[in-house]
Amino acid sequence: MSQNPFEGTKEQMNELKSSITAHRGEQGALMPVLHDAQRIYGYLPAEVQTVIADELNIPLAEVYGVATFYSQFSLTPKGKHKISVCLGTACYVKGSDKILEAIEKELKIKCGDCTPDRKFSIESCRCVGACGLAPVMIVDGEVYGKLSANDVAGILDKYIKD
Amino acid sequence: MTCEELENIAAKNADLINVRKIVREQAEKLAANTGYRKQVLVCGGTGCTSSHSADVIAQLEASFKELEIDDVLIVKTGCFGLCALGPIMIVYPEGAFYSQMTPEHAKTVAEKHLIKGGKIVTELLYADTVCEDGSVIPFAEIPFYKHQMRIALRNCGVIAAESIDEAIAAGDYKALKKALFEMSPEKVIDEIKRAGLRGRGGAGFPTGLKWQFTKDAVGDRKYVCCNADEGDPGAFMDRSVLEGDPHCVLEAMSIAGYAVGAEEGYIYVRAEYPIAVERLNIAITQARKAGLLGKNILGSKFNFDIHIRLGAGAFVCGEETALMSSIEGHRGEPRPRPPFSAQCGLFKKPTVLNNVETWANIAPIILNGADWFASIGTEKSKGTKVFAVGGKIKNVGLVEVPMGTKLKTIIDDIGGGIPDGKAFKAAQTGGPSGGCIPAKHFDIAMDFDNLVAIGSMMGSGGLIVMDEDTCMVDIAKFYLEFTADESCGKCTPCRIGTKRLLEILNKITDGNGEPEDLDKIKEIAEHMKSSSLCALGQSAPNPILSAMEHFGDEYRAHIYDKKCPAGVCKSLLSYYINPDKCRGCTLCMRNCPVNAISGSVRNPHDIDLKKCIKCGQCIAHCKFGAIVKK
Repeated sequence: MSQNPFEGTKEQMNELKSSITAHRGEQGALMPVLHDAQRIYGYLPAEVQTVIADELNIPLAEVYGVATFYSQFSLTPKGKHKISVCLGTACYVKGSDKILEAIEKELKIKCGDCTPDRKFSIESCRCVGACGLAPVMIVDGEVYGKLSANDVAGILDKYIKD
Repeated sequence: MTCEELENIAAKNADLINVRKIVREQAEKLAANTGYRKQVLVCGGTGCTSSHSADVIAQLEASFKELEIDDVLIVKTGCFGLCALGPIMIVYPEGAFYSQMTPEHAKTVAEKHLIKGGKIVTELLYADTVCEDGSVIPFAEIPFYKHQMRIALRNCGVIAAESIDEAIAAGDYKALKKALFEMSPEKVIDEIKRAGLRGRGGAGFPTGLKWQFTKDAVGDRKYVCCNADEGDPGAFMDRSVLEGDPHCVLEAMSIAGYAVGAEEGYIYVRAEYPIAVERLNIAITQARKAGLLGKNILGSKFNFDIHIRLGAGAFVCGEETALMSSIEGHRGEPRPRPPFSAQCGLFKKPTVLNNVETWANIAPIILNGADWFASIGTEKSKGTKVFAVGGKIKNVGLVEVPMGTKLKTIIDDIGGGIPDGKAFKAAQTGGPSGGCIPAKHFDIAMDFDNLVAIGSMMGSGGLIVMDEDTCMVDIAKFYLEFTADESCGKCTPCRIGTKRLLEILNKITDGNGEPEDLDKIKEIAEHMKSSSLCALGQSAPNPILSAMEHFGDEYRAHIYDKKCPAGVCKSLLSYYINPDKCRGCTLCMRNCPVNAISGSVRNPHDIDLKKCIKCGQCIAHCKFGAIVKK
């Protein structure tokens, strides 16, 4: 599991507990609770999984099994600015791999990693449905479309200065 | 809500919707009944939202305030389908189609067109809707829409996506009423069976039979599920339905609940579709409040409620047993069948599962009858199919056409052809489970069986167009990377087979391919097809097999000649400067990251192939097209 020290707040834990209370007793409660936990903490550290396992009375191994199965659940923290590059078909045929390469080069980390200062993380994603704008990258939910590799540095600059 | 109240809402809002559906002259007369001089429909689907349609709406609202316009209605709709031109805005009663809107454009349109006595701003319209003499044609008559027939997408881009009143006025819940009060469950199932509706999610299984099996199964509880885990990269019709007309899915699931004897339904939707999830949540809340979900629906004593479950980014969860396992809160791994879901599905109870587009076809069948539906399409594929057309094509977007429409019509007439004068090479259907359609089948009538006959499949309707610059080995590799990544790992043929196939393809594109690799691919593919647990593994080899069948020469060129004819596979390419075209501007030289280009001003430059890392920067910067890959 994650090497980064766990830094959860009391507020976060309260929010998690109330999510668990809301879903307890429901059939298939684990998925919605993990979704909430991922939203609250930004990732699913071991400490959080343990709480969920205890509270829902599910073996920790099973919680871990589910948390690691789905790509949207992450066991490692994400950067302050989350960058994703669409590698769906439409974007790919329009050269989104070149966009990803340019971002990796610019931030000196690989896809899936987080910069040491936790400012940026890069991931690739499947089709976001903005195929008309292909190729696209998304920074913190903001979609940048019809990109060329030369546009990357300019876009990242905005966030680096921030 | 009673039936009478439902009818009242429909009647009250009918003209509002009709203005958007009929020809201009009549629409203008009708508009007077609605209390609104004009209606501005702005697309709030994912495509247009990504290109900032919300800013366009905000600007319209601001301009209306400033110009004191209070008799023009702004309607945030779902997807119009022509996503490449977003944000899209349509003004009724004229049917004026504005494309690629910006807030500035919106301001102009408000000032010049939407004010009293205003005129259409021709220069901001989508160019295809303006004739040479400057007159404007309603968008429904342009080639992109003219060849389409919208059944599943009937209300997408027509109604306010978050208004239950508009949904009812457009006909939603009318079929539910008819089913509950005028039809027995048997009659409902019979109607769906006779319509010949086949599942739109990929396999094309007859929907009516599925319902029959679930009805016949014994169980104290039954479930109705909606597969909205649209995972095929490049397909987005399900999302569009959920974003544009969520009530039609709720209605259809309720009808199925009535037919099979279920009181509970689940919608399993991708978490990657936040707008769709939000609209579904809104729709469910509205329907519960209106008594269209819950106890005693429309006073019929029929109870039905729907829950939403979010996926978490696993492609395999589009497979029905994996989907159900995920709803149950487990890893989304498939299990062997039988038992089939109709006998032992969600929470081990009889379950009927259909995908979103299938659900979207239910209400029209109930309302218009099986014979009407069966009259559309081909002998064994009835109705329409929505294709998400993408890749190298001018009009990227969603297209709904009768089954059996020619590929050529979809690409040339509706899609506007291939940009930059390039030649059509192939179209990939069925995504990572499908195959490619080569140019020699450009005339194929698109239906379930014809596509299977040429080694592809309908799949969920993704249709990616590829031109001469696309390498068929590289594309097969792309799909294999996808399936290898998404293989859940439960069964060996899929887990290991996808990896081995990918390795071989990598070897070929790296220039290390050997003649026996082609046989190895076929052997592994056979094992995967016959022994994988679910459709993901069984169909994963399809993209390679079909590419090898139709583009065998290209595979052999990679292996024997170590060449990539399309100029894509880096290891097999070299960059050259054409001295006749090079003007000696030094731009490439200055941008080459490894100083591989030499030359002096106004003299043709030269690339040192030993230093060149094939990054493509020189091509990106050359203004004279002087650099070639071969």
